[in-house]
Amino acid sequence: MDKILVRINGKDYSAEAGKMVLDIATENGIYIPTLCHYEGIKPQGSCRMCTCMIDGRKMTACTTPVTHRMVIETQTKELEEIRSTIVELLFAEGNHFCPACERSGNCELQALAYRYKMMVPQFPFEFPNKQLDAKNSKILIDHNRCILCKRCIRRKKEPENPTWFVFKGRGYKTQIAVDHEMIDKEFDDELAQKAMDTCPVGAIIRKEKGYDVPIGERKYDKDPIGSNIEKGAKL
Amino acid sequence: MGNKKSPRSNPKRKNGQCSCNREFVKNVLEKYNNDPTRLMDVLIDVQEEYGCISDEAVDVIAKTINYSVAQVEQTLSFYHFLSQKATGKYAVYLNDNVVSEMMGREEIADVFEKEVGSKFGNVSKDGKIGLFNTSCIGMNDQEPSAIINKRIFTKLTKEKVKKIVDGMKNGLDVEDLPGTDVKSNILKQGPILIKDSVLGDAIKKTVQMKPDEVIEEIKQSNLRGRGGAGFPTAMKWRFCRDAQGEKHYVFCNADEGEPGTFKDRIILTERSQLLFAGMTIAGYAIGAEEGILYLRYEYKYMKEQLEQVLNNLRKQGLLGKDVAGEKGFNFDIRIQFGGGAYVCGEESALLESAEGKRGEPRDRPPFPVVKGYHQQPTAVNNVETLCAVAKVMHNGAKWYRSLGTLDSTGSKLVSVSGDCAKPGVYEIEWGFTVNEVLELVGATDVQAVQVGGPSGKCIAPNEFNRKLAYEDLATGGSLIIFNNKRDLIEDVVLNFTNFFIEESCGSCVPCRAMTVQFKKKLEKILNGNGVKQDIEQMLSWEKVMQSNRCGLGQTAANPILSTINNFRELYDKKINKDKDFISDFDLKAAVAESCKTANRIPNIGGDNG
Repeated sequence: MDKILVRINGKDYSAEAGKMVLDIATENGIYIPTLCHYEGIKPQGSCRMCTCMIDGRKMTACTTPVTHRMVIETQTKELEEIRSTIVELLFAEGNHFCPACERSGNCELQALAYRYKMMVPQFPFEFPNKQLDAKNSKILIDHNRCILCKRCIRRKKEPENPTWFVFKGRGYKTQIAVDHEMIDKEFDDELAQKAMDTCPVGAIIRKEKGYDVPIGERKYDKDPIGSNIEKGAKL
Repeated sequence: MGNKKSPRSNPKRKNGQCSCNREFVKNVLEKYNNDPTRLMDVLIDVQEEYGCISDEAVDVIAKTINYSVAQVEQTLSFYHFLSQKATGKYAVYLNDNVVSEMMGREEIADVFEKEVGSKFGNVSKDGKIGLFNTSCIGMNDQEPSAIINKRIFTKLTKEKVKKIVDGMKNGLDVEDLPGTDVKSNILKQGPILIKDSVLGDAIKKTVQMKPDEVIEEIKQSNLRGRGGAGFPTAMKWRFCRDAQGEKHYVFCNADEGEPGTFKDRIILTERSQLLFAGMTIAGYAIGAEEGILYLRYEYKYMKEQLEQVLNNLRKQGLLGKDVAGEKGFNFDIRIQFGGGAYVCGEESALLESAEGKRGEPRDRPPFPVVKGYHQQPTAVNNVETLCAVAKVMHNGAKWYRSLGTLDSTGSKLVSVSGDCAKPGVYEIEWGFTVNEVLELVGATDVQAVQVGGPSGKCIAPNEFNRKLAYEDLATGGSLIIFNNKRDLIEDVVLNFTNFFIEESCGSCVPCRAMTVQFKKKLEKILNGNGVKQDIEQMLSWEKVMQSNRCGLGQTAANPILSTINNFRELYDKKINKDKDFISDFDLKAAVAESCKTANRIPNIGGDNG
C-alpha cells in the first residue's frame, strides 16, 4: 500500500492512499462526528455532519479520499457550528421524544445533541404528523424519528441484491419506505435486529422485543459519543 | 412542429385508481430492451399513455426488469411529471414561477379553477382535467404559460383559458386547443446564433485533425462552460479523454431548469444542428461513440423536431458510422428525457437520472469525467457550450478569442424577462454591463435585477455598471428584471425560497431542512413579527448551507442572503425596531386545532392572546 502524508489539525500523519479522511482521522484518535456513516457500508455524505475543511474547501470526511499533502481541519469553530446546527435541524424536523423512545441511550442523534450541549433547537419545532408503518411482523417504522440517513437503504444483504428499504418522494417530503414484498419474504429475527442496529435513531424498531438493556446502562449513557475514538488518542 | 398525436387515451379507472393495459406496458418495456437503466423512458411512456402509472403498471415493470415494486416507486416518486395517481385526460401544469406571477398567474389560475370546477392539485370529478402547479417551464418571455399533455400554451389570458377549457371539455386534440404557439423571441443575434450555411464543415474540419489537436484548439479559444460554473471546456475534455474506461460518453445538459432561463430553448428549436455538431466534435475529441442529449421534460414538445434533425444528419453522413467520411469514427446521439426535477441540471444528478434512478447528486470525487454514465468517463457540457465548440472549430480559436474579454472569450446568450418592454433572448459579447442590457431590452424604473436566476444574486442599481463576465458578474444566462412597484421580499424572495424547498432532492440535511426554516423566518418577518435578530440569524446560517453537497443546496438560500446583503433596508422596514425578541412559536396557532376540537376559545393572554 502506498503511504502518503496528510496534515490534520496542524499535525502530520502517515496514511494509506485512497482511504477516506474519516478513517484516517479515526485511526489517529481524532473524532469527527457522523450520522449517515456506518462502518462497512459504502459512505454517502448526506447528513453533512462530518464536513471538514479539506484543502480549504468544505467537504465531507466520509467520502473524500486522502491525497498526498492534503491539509485537513476537523474542528474549527465554524465546523462545530455547522454540526450543532445540523443536529438542531434534525430535532426540529422530526418528533424526537427521547424519554419515550426505545433507542434512548443508544441513539446517535441524542448522543450528538449531548455532545453539542443542545438544550433546545434554535429552530421552531415542526411537529410533523407522520404515519407509523407496522405492516411487517418483525419491525416497526416510525417516520417521525427518521433522519433520512439512508443507512438502512444502503445496507444490503449482498452487494448485488436489491435493498429492503427505499426512498420515496423528494425534498422535505422524502420518506423511507419498506419494500414489503422483499421484507416479508426474507426477514427473520436476525435481519430485523440488524435493520434496527443499522438505524442511528429510533426509526426502525424491532417488534416483540425491547428494553433488554435498562436505560442508564446503554451505550452512550456510559460513554459519550466519540469518546472511544478520542480515548485512543491519549494512548 | 409536426406533432400530430391525439391526447392520451382516457385513463381507465377502477375504484378511483387508474388502470392500464399490461400488454402496452410490456411493449414499452421491450422497446427499451427491458433495460432497468432505461426506467425513465419506460415510466414517461406509460405516464403519457394513461396520465398516470398505475399499481398494475408498476407491477409489470418491476417483474419485467427484476426490481421490487418499491424500487420502481423509488424512481417514480422523485419526478414531478410522473404520478401514481390519475392526472386526467388533460393534465394542465400552470407555471408558478415569479415572472408568471408578475404577469397575472393568479387570475389565470382562478379562471382555470372556475371553468374546470376543481382546485389546483386535483382532477375534475369526471376525470377529464387535472390542474397542477409547476416550476419554471422555460417560457419566461411569454408568461403566464402552461403545459397541457406535452404542449405549451403561452401568454394565457382569461379569454384564452376559457376557450382552452371549453376545448378540453369537448374532447379536442391538444394541438387544436387555442394558444399553443411558442415564440422564439431571438432579439439580438451574435456569433453563435448567426446562421452559417456550412455547419457540416465544422465536423469535417474536426475529423481531419487529431483528437488532441481538437482539444488544443478549444483550449486556445479559452472557452469556458456556459452552465454557470465556468469550468474550462478543454480541460474537462482532457481529463475525460485521459480517463480509463471501456467506453466514453458525451452528455449535453439540456435540463434548463434555472427559473428565468430559456436560451437553450431557442437553440434547441432554432439551432439544433449546431448543437449536434458540437456534441459530435466533443465525441471525436474525447473518444466517445455515444452522445446523449438529456432534455428536461418540459421541452418534450420538441421531441419530433429534434428526432427529425438527427435523422437528417444521419442521412448526410454526419452521424452514425464513419462520420463525415472518417473511417472508424462512429458517433450517434439519442435523446434522454427527464421527468421534472430542477436538481437534475447538476451533472451527477443528471447522470443518475439518465441511468433510471432518482436524480440525487453524487459524492465527488470521483468526478463524471472519470466515473460518469454507467461509471465510465463522461463529459457533460451545456447546450450553449457545445454550440460554441462547433463555431470555434468552424471559425478558429483565434476568431473566438477576439470576442468578449480576456478572461471571458466569446459571447453569451442571455434570457431576459420580467419588467421590460422586450423580453427574449439576446446574444451579447461578454463584457456588456447590466445597464447596457437594460437599455437594450427597454427596462425603466428598475429596482433590482436577478442575475443568474434564483441561485445567482439579486443586485441593486448601484451595481448595474458591472460587467457580465466570469471575472465580474458570472451568469448562467438569465436576467430577471423587477421594477420599483414590486415587493422584492414578498413577491420575489418568498417565491424563490418555495422553489428551492420544492426542488431539493432531500438528501442533505441543510438543504432539505434549512430551506424550510429560512421560509419560516421569512414569513415571520412578513407577518410583522420579525426583529433584527431574525435577520442576523439568517445570515449566520449561510455557512451551514455551504456544507451541502451540490450547487442547488449551496445556493438555495441565495435569494434571501443576497437580498439581505443588497437590499437590507427592505428588511429593516418590515421588522420591529423597538423589540429585541419575538418568539418563533405561535401559541395561538399551536392550540388552534385542539381548541376547535374541544370547542373552546383560546385563553392564553399576553402578547400571543
